[in-house]
Amino acid sequence: MDGGGAPVMVDAVRAAPRRSWGAYWQAAPFAIVFLLFFIVPLCLTVAVSFWHYDEYSLQPAFTLENYEEVFDGCIAKLPSLCVTFATYLSTLRFALMAWVCTLVLGFGIAYFLAFHVRTVPMQMALFLICTVPFWTSNIIRMVAWVPLLGRNGLVNQGLQAVGATSAPLDWLLYSEFSVVLAFVHLYTLFMMVPIFNSMARIDRSLIEAARDAGASGWQTLWSVVIPLCKPGIVIGSIFVLTIVMGDFVTVGIMGGQQIASIGKVIQVQMSYLQFPIAAANAVVLLGIVLLMIWALTRLVDIRREL
Amino acid sequence: MNRVGERRPAAFWWLAALFAAFVLFLYGPILAIVVLSFQGPSGGLTFPMNGVSTFWFSKLWQGVGVVDIWAAFGRSLRLGAVVMVLTVLLALPAGLAFRKRFRGQSALFLVAVASLIVPSIVVSLGIGLGFRIVDDAVKGLAEATGWGFLRGYETAAGLYSSALGAHLTWTLPFGLLILFAVFNRFNPAYEEAARDLGASPWRTLRHVVLPIIAPSLVGVALFGFTLSWDEVARTSQAIGGRNTLPLELQGLTTTVTTPEIYALGTVTTGMSLVVIAIAIGGVVVLRRRRAAAGG
Repeated sequence: MDGGGAPVMVDAVRAAPRRSWGAYWQAAPFAIVFLLFFIVPLCLTVAVSFWHYDEYSLQPAFTLENYEEVFDGCIAKLPSLCVTFATYLSTLRFALMAWVCTLVLGFGIAYFLAFHVRTVPMQMALFLICTVPFWTSNIIRMVAWVPLLGRNGLVNQGLQAVGATSAPLDWLLYSEFSVVLAFVHLYTLFMMVPIFNSMARIDRSLIEAARDAGASGWQTLWSVVIPLCKPGIVIGSIFVLTIVMGDFVTVGIMGGQQIASIGKVIQVQMSYLQFPIAAANAVVLLGIVLLMIWALTRLVDIRREL
Repeated sequence: MNRVGERRPAAFWWLAALFAAFVLFLYGPILAIVVLSFQGPSGGLTFPMNGVSTFWFSKLWQGVGVVDIWAAFGRSLRLGAVVMVLTVLLALPAGLAFRKRFRGQSALFLVAVASLIVPSIVVSLGIGLGFRIVDDAVKGLAEATGWGFLRGYETAAGLYSSALGAHLTWTLPFGLLILFAVFNRFNPAYEEAARDLGASPWRTLRHVVLPIIAPSLVGVALFGFTLSWDEVARTSQAIGGRNTLPLELQGLTTTVTTPEIYALGTVTTGMSLVVIAIAIGGVVVLRRRRAAAGG
């Protein structure tokens, strides 16, 4: 054994510096994709937001006119809201509503799976049931609300049949309600998975200790489970908040193309080829999102948790 | 805390009811459109069913108005396959690299996570801008030089350039995170044993590491395909003239007012379910084979 082991050892020692080079080769293609399609585009967006443009072309420059156009008259008009402020506020409101709903629902589902389902295969099966829709088309999942929430949809038919309402309710579809509903429908999973992951790591003896020390169910939940789930809650919150802040597809389809959001503003400006002002809006949006993430990560060190 | 045989607390029943309601919430709407896609020819967008037929599927087969939906279907399928393969081929070596030390490691990780978090519309806009600037430069060059091979140049943006890149910025971070989770639980003793027995790094990877992580790679591939298959936001500004299926679908939501769109939804969802089933089947087979080999 010794005889066989020695040359390999020498090999391993000799191979060591080469292997560290290997890591660079292995990571390079991955890194290049992000350089070309993420870093460079983000830098370009920031750069173009300071460019000058007319009807025909983009001209490299350093001007703040795009930002001035985004916030045109916003300060002067206060306290009444300019279009930009109103759009940001409405997007923030959507983010807040979607966040609260996905957090409560995601936490409840994760808690059920982690603490009340007794066997691991059952846990995996139920987890999978929750995950499968995530792998199907989001657009179709939005369209799927039409036969339920429409004027002649199942919900209105049901409500009228039991006499809860005489005329069909209009606010069920193509409204703020349906937008938030779709967010909850689509993104609760993003909240549930990280929270479940945190819960799965909780040492069960801690909960027994809390119970033995006389804590009620709620006390255990509040003082033991929730603090230990904080990393999962923060990761899930970052996901949901950033997705909703930048959304234009869900707001578009579920809002009947009538409700504004920051993402939608950017999309419309792009379609009118107003690139620099779209870029300026994108930079502002990015700044707000980064600020939200920064605030959330103050609560927990995510990198330690992964 | 809950042992088998112990009496269920009241909280269990409340949460079980919540879970059941959640599952209904997740699957109910989709079931509704699957059922409604079999509407009779005179049926509408809502219940009740006006007879049962495959009328809307055959109508779908002939195409939806001016949109060539099947060409879009094919494009999305091919793009999804390419994204799937590249996601595995790029994320796996990156995952292996992260097990060693290299300079820029934490920066690269941060970039990958940031790519998940930065709003898709911003990424999409950036990629669109980048390709536009390249296009303008090439067109300027063509005008200035009169080079024949540049004449007729339209755009570098397209399915396998800008859209592919946009999809990879979305699928690769998921792939990397899955591999992180896998390698965190990976027992290095197997590799050490192979190395002690004289296996080269390549053979160790091929015959020891890959077979062990194969089920997880199937998972990475599943994410690669399905995320690409549904992608809208990142693709929206970064696609050339020819749309992918979800982009066409997004347009159709406002223009199609017949159950044809449900038929399309049924077909699209069916496609996703087939891929998911293949992936889960693959994982089960790989696990069984391993169990048989190990036992």
